[in-house]
Amino acid sequence: MLALKKKKNISKIVEFSGRRKLVLVFMFLGVCVLILKAIQLQVMETQFLQKEGRSRQVSTVKIAAYRGQIQDRNGKSLAVSAPVASIWVNPQYCREAEAESEDPKSICSNLTDIRFKQAAKLLGMSLRKLLKAFDASTNKQFVYLKRHIEPSVAAEIKTLGLPGVGFIREFKRFYPAGEVAAHLVGFTNIDDKGQEGLELMYNSSLKGVAGSKRVIRDGKRRIIEGQNLEGIKEPVNGQDLQLSIDERLQYLAYKELKAGVVRHRAKSASLVMLEAETGNVLAVVNQPSFNPNMRKNLKVSRYRNRAITDVFEPGSTMKPLVVAAALEGGFIKPNQLFDTRDFKIKGRWVRDGHKHGTMDLTAVLKKSSNVAASKIALSMPPSYFWRFYHDLGFGVSPRVNFPGEASGALPEYSGWSDFEQATLSFGYRVSMSTLQLARAYTALADDGVLHSVSLLKREKDEYATQVLSPETAIKVRTMIEQVVQKGGTATKAKVDGYRVAGKTGTVKKVSRQGGYGNDYLSVFVGMAPASDPKLVIAVMVDSPQGAYYGGLVAAPIFAKVMGGALRVLGIAPDEEQTMSVLLSK
Amino acid sequence: MKVELRAEQFKEHSLIGGLLRQLHVDIPLLIGLFLLLLMSFMMLYSTGNKETALLIRQAARMGIAGILMIVLAHVNPRQFQRYSIPLYSLGVVLLLAVLLVGDVGKGAQRWLDLGLFRFQPSEMIKITTPMMVAWYLAGHDIPPKWRHIGVATLFILIPTLLIVRQPDLGTSLLVASSGASVLYFAGLSWRFLLVTILGLSALAPLYWQFFMREYQKDRVLTFLNPEADPMGKGYHIIQSKIAIGSGGPYGKGWQGNTQSQLDFLPESSTDFIFAVFAEEFGLVGCLGLLAIYLFIIARGLYIAVQAQDTYSRLLAGSLVCTFFVYVFVNIGMVIGILPVVGVPLPLISYGGTSMVTLLAGFGILMSIHTHKKVLPN
Repeated sequence: MLALKKKKNISKIVEFSGRRKLVLVFMFLGVCVLILKAIQLQVMETQFLQKEGRSRQVSTVKIAAYRGQIQDRNGKSLAVSAPVASIWVNPQYCREAEAESEDPKSICSNLTDIRFKQAAKLLGMSLRKLLKAFDASTNKQFVYLKRHIEPSVAAEIKTLGLPGVGFIREFKRFYPAGEVAAHLVGFTNIDDKGQEGLELMYNSSLKGVAGSKRVIRDGKRRIIEGQNLEGIKEPVNGQDLQLSIDERLQYLAYKELKAGVVRHRAKSASLVMLEAETGNVLAVVNQPSFNPNMRKNLKVSRYRNRAITDVFEPGSTMKPLVVAAALEGGFIKPNQLFDTRDFKIKGRWVRDGHKHGTMDLTAVLKKSSNVAASKIALSMPPSYFWRFYHDLGFGVSPRVNFPGEASGALPEYSGWSDFEQATLSFGYRVSMSTLQLARAYTALADDGVLHSVSLLKREKDEYATQVLSPETAIKVRTMIEQVVQKGGTATKAKVDGYRVAGKTGTVKKVSRQGGYGNDYLSVFVGMAPASDPKLVIAVMVDSPQGAYYGGLVAAPIFAKVMGGALRVLGIAPDEEQTMSVLLSK
Repeated sequence: MKVELRAEQFKEHSLIGGLLRQLHVDIPLLIGLFLLLLMSFMMLYSTGNKETALLIRQAARMGIAGILMIVLAHVNPRQFQRYSIPLYSLGVVLLLAVLLVGDVGKGAQRWLDLGLFRFQPSEMIKITTPMMVAWYLAGHDIPPKWRHIGVATLFILIPTLLIVRQPDLGTSLLVASSGASVLYFAGLSWRFLLVTILGLSALAPLYWQFFMREYQKDRVLTFLNPEADPMGKGYHIIQSKIAIGSGGPYGKGWQGNTQSQLDFLPESSTDFIFAVFAEEFGLVGCLGLLAIYLFIIARGLYIAVQAQDTYSRLLAGSLVCTFFVYVFVNIGMVIGILPVVGVPLPLISYGGTSMVTLLAGFGILMSIHTHKKVLPN
């Protein structure tokens, strides 16, 4: 059979030249089509296609700018940024890689891989939570695995070589002073944007300008390292912010205020310490506080910088100012005597807690007589009285550049009744923040010069105004030195070695239902050394339980903070009696 | 006598040429193939991120395939004719085996795992099918009678449908065309040709409806409008066009293939390697590459025409035509004038089995050409 076929094969050879030609024609046409298409792509559309190609490869990536530090007056850091890493995952990576590979197992091992366990351990998260980020069924292409981890941890994760994992360099904000300066400094959110306090107020100068660079990405959106393209825009780092705060005094004030709040089971409290000769804020603290480094599940009310944002009626702390106003205007005489028996103003009684009979100005302030203060207030024309309060900054924003800073309220004098004018003298119907109260006292401390207040460090106060003559200021200061002496309302405000001038306030708190309830505000504002005051401190304690007098609750806090601060700043003692005692020792 | 004389002259002219002739090697074909393999190596170097393991594997494949080519060139064409039936049968059995126990790669069963290496029987059948058809038709009247055409068609359809089942549209297309081209060269009547073509076009919608898989339909639809799903189904072809187009007239130079190096171009070392080539060498390079292919095809057609018996001529003609279809379908799909079917660029794409079968085919061509003078008459 084979032989037969062989014979046939050999015998017959067919030419079919027509068929050969047809094949050649088809081949020729085919090649022509290919060439024409190639010309279309590579000559006619080449520019368009090149642009398309580049737009798929080149993209712009942000370079984070270094956020400026917040420092105290001596350069100690209150807020610093540290480089951290954030890890993200493209959950679709494995799916894409498997679709392309002949051997999928080698690219993406199954998710029970030991590396995932190691990564979960390094990141301190559960394996289940970690694997959730790799879940391709969400159809997401970008999922944060964990943000703000230490660069060293990120490096370890990198060596694990998990599939589809990327790294971003970011900055995390740390607050070395923690809760001590929390209200003042505020905090940023996870995207490095200021949310509260000075971080919010000065966000634009702190944050700097993020730079950008152009990078080449591959088809899986991964950035190709080591390819430097032109067009790098270097980031401009944020500016540092130097505060007027002294971290040592801030810490001292915080510690003592907290102890006071705990001792008196108070609801909240604030303290402001000013530099008497410049108006610079040396410390501003509040209770309750929070830790800005770990703030989770906190009520927003804890974030409030009450000393600046919350107002209250200052009570008897107004009396020295009223005396100063009347003396300055010549409406009373320095040696004038006042009958302090209860008296009626248009049918409404003004009373003192204790009966003191007739007394001079010093005694009026020492014993805090409402009756005498009312009489002094009524001796002044309403417009003059109003103007004086207004000049002291009541009802006016203190302009310290703080988010939500309060202006307080001072009613217009045209609507004043006599009774209202009287109550204004012992600190009702007018409201202010602790900061405003402390500020008003700089007029007494710095011989009649009222200072503007500042949270930023400055050499001198360009907005200082003379509201009192030096003589009046010194006269009143001398009077209120008696407040801390035996028989005064605030003997607990005494500081060993220093002369202290100050005034208590015990204020019935406005209740929620309107009118005055059973809660009190305990206030003390004072200065030292009284011979030439360097510091002004105002303390306000809200709703202390048990004792509530300013002289019992606020004054001891004042004394501790003032004493400590004077020593920290190395201010010479001015109390002669004690001086000799100290020297003899 | 004339032939012998020419051979004698040739021998005298060059010692090396004579040596090659003793080796049964066709020099023009060898030069063309060598250029392509060199190109393949260069392309692989630039797409495979210079991975040496990859290059070594491909070089090994080239070596094996080259040795097989030389060995086959030594075999007398009559031996091919003799072993057509067993080789064809073996191919069909292996195809059946693939469907039953084959390895799954990229969602299709195409591979047989032979332990040492994986083998794609559908590649082998690309050669054995035309051998079988050529053997069958050469054993009967030329031009063939209707019943012979029927039987030959059956020989073509069996492997073709088995490969369609895998599913591998591209390879089944190549197998069918390799068999069909034998029928064509055997002198199929023009009328029959016309009727078949019309009949097939009429059957196309039915095929679409009942036989094509979803992904195959997608490929055709995507071919018609790639922008419909640019990040999904159209991604391949759009990226491919971008790569080709960004090469421009003169190309970005060797290894300047940013599109594929950056993983934008899928399958860049296998089916879509032409896009990489076009990006690196531009239009000029493309024309050069086409010229090499055409040179090989021309030489192959010349060998087919020179063949001295029907079996050799039919087989040679079919092998060359299939090679052309190979080139045309691959470049056509990469360049965007044909839908995406899985056909590699012959001798350049990364991959073992197709390299082996292609060079085996050229071995057969060389054998046909170099054994002429030993024929009795």
